[in-house]
Amino acid sequence: MKKFFIAIMLVLAPVVASANTGGVHLDTMGPDHTNKESLQRGMKTFVNYCMGCHSANFQRYERAAIDLGMPSELVQEHMIFGESKVGEQMTIAMPQTDAAGWFGTPPPDLTLETRLRGEDWVYTYLRSFYKDPARPWGVNNVVFPDVGMPNVLEGLQGLQVNHCTKSEMANHEKTIDPLTGLQMGGCLSVAEKGELSVEEFDKTIYDLVNFMSYMGNPVKLESEQIGYKVLIFLAILFVFAFALKKEFWRDVH
Amino acid sequence: MAGARNKGNPGIIGWIDDRFPLTAMWDDHLAKYYAPKNFNFWYFFGSLALLVLVNQLLTGIWLTMSYNPSAEGAFASVEYIMRDVDYGWLLRYMHSTGASAFFAVVYLHMFRGLLYGSYRKPRELVWIFGMTIYLALMAEAFMGYLLPWGQMSYWGAQVIVSLFSAVPVIGPDLAEWIRGDYLISGITLNRFFSLHVVALPIVLLGLVVMHIIALHEVGSNNPDGIEIKDKKDENGIPLDGIPFHPYYTVKDIVGVVVFLFVFCLIIFFFPEMGGYFIEQPNFEPANPLKTPPHIAPVWYFTPFYAMLRAIPPIAASQFPGVVVMGGAIAILFVLPWLDRSPVKSMRYKGWMSKVWLVIFAISFVVLGYLGVVPSSPERTVVAQICTALYFAYFFLMPFYTRMERTKPVPERVTG
Repeated sequence: MKKFFIAIMLVLAPVVASANTGGVHLDTMGPDHTNKESLQRGMKTFVNYCMGCHSANFQRYERAAIDLGMPSELVQEHMIFGESKVGEQMTIAMPQTDAAGWFGTPPPDLTLETRLRGEDWVYTYLRSFYKDPARPWGVNNVVFPDVGMPNVLEGLQGLQVNHCTKSEMANHEKTIDPLTGLQMGGCLSVAEKGELSVEEFDKTIYDLVNFMSYMGNPVKLESEQIGYKVLIFLAILFVFAFALKKEFWRDVH
Repeated sequence: MAGARNKGNPGIIGWIDDRFPLTAMWDDHLAKYYAPKNFNFWYFFGSLALLVLVNQLLTGIWLTMSYNPSAEGAFASVEYIMRDVDYGWLLRYMHSTGASAFFAVVYLHMFRGLLYGSYRKPRELVWIFGMTIYLALMAEAFMGYLLPWGQMSYWGAQVIVSLFSAVPVIGPDLAEWIRGDYLISGITLNRFFSLHVVALPIVLLGLVVMHIIALHEVGSNNPDGIEIKDKKDENGIPLDGIPFHPYYTVKDIVGVVVFLFVFCLIIFFFPEMGGYFIEQPNFEPANPLKTPPHIAPVWYFTPFYAMLRAIPPIAASQFPGVVVMGGAIAILFVLPWLDRSPVKSMRYKGWMSKVWLVIFAISFVVLGYLGVVPSSPERTVVAQICTALYFAYFFLMPFYTRMERTKPVPERVTG
């Protein structure tokens, strides 16, 4: 019967491994919720660049301040631009109906975006805008073709151009070409420089997505810390439970 | 039976026993309930199902305290539980993981029944109560899955409820009656909430009590499939029986600890279980105008979902698929009368029974896999073959169980 279980595991394994990427290879980013400096920088980018249009309706500023090790007063002073108090959720003033008119679809709330699409998807998506004069905002995206969002981070990244066809992009194994250092397997390159170099920009996006990952699942660290204790307790309890069973069953023949 | 027992004893217990059969119940169901001494690995899952039931009830009560059953507030209230309620995330993950754990232990518990013929005379009612529990559990899980009001909650419910509209003549009206609306809406959410937290838990608890009363009336089966009550000592105690308490209580504690280890591993480290226990699209609020690209039910429904998709529509009606899916569950109810073997346990049945049980188990797992992944022409053919094999296991059972040569059954249990 053990074989039966192993068979089930083997059948399910490929399903678990293959997340939906829409055919484009995604860069792995490896979120690290213990890296508080990265999370703080990510939050700064988030409130400065994303929250013009996107809300994080389920995340409270103060919760982030506590979890990320920032004094609440500093967050109130430097990270809240509207009327919100630090104890409130990270809402925005842009009305959904207006936003739908401007972008074709209202910008989604981002609190749970990394849990919906995965960190790797967001990390790759944000670095995959390229020049496309056919689009209303002048840019398109490799990961999310014909997306309604402009490249808000263009000032930092610069403007990328795309050298590949659709099928060429879909077939790339690696998104960063190790020889040229170009994005999307050599398809994308920066044509007009922005404020940051490619490495600096990638690091900024890493921090941003790291923060979004934290925001999607703020209890992850706490959960794992409790988890280890619970598992150790259960392992010890098992020894006693097993010994108790053995003792009672000595007289069963 | 319990009327004249344990009367006139001193002390608090004696006082209670004069008024309520406390000691009699304790004896009948635990201290003097004689269970076969040769239970193996497969016999852990009954007590584990009870443990998970209690887990679902307790965490459910506390989740209900903070949940908002409205289309406007449901999704946000789940995130409120996850973030603002103290240890709300733990309650929620215990409940969501518990749902999957419930089906895992119940499927293994049912497989044990198939393996050792636990549905055979005189345990037909134990089996039928158990099957009814399974049915109620599916309804409970389905309705509970709508409550987070995410995309997969919404569209999963849309797909399943629309199955009822495939019923000829009354179908569309039936589906509308279930939803209470022309599409899944806040009205549906409210009634599913009511059924999920009140009606079905009451039904489930009642059925569990009946399942256990029926079991304790006839006594437990065992891996040898022989009746321990046929061989008793001078006191009327089965020679191969041991009191459930303390022997099986201490043994089940070991099973509980091992189960909890796996359960907690998932809760604290992999609560989404790679999208199987909590599906990714459910992190987006329900949107009636936006259909997700791939709608898949939660893993415990996928074998039946695969059957539904495998059956081609007749005259543009999905009804044949719905009938097959319903039949796949209904046929389990009559299992006690399909098995004509002179022996109960797989240990003494012939090779044909063994082969068919393996085919059945593999078909079920393959169907479960096919129900998760998007369909393709090749996969549909595999699903059709597996569906046919699933039913063949039951339809052919009266023949192969009578034709095959069985092994002699021992007088006493073999450990």
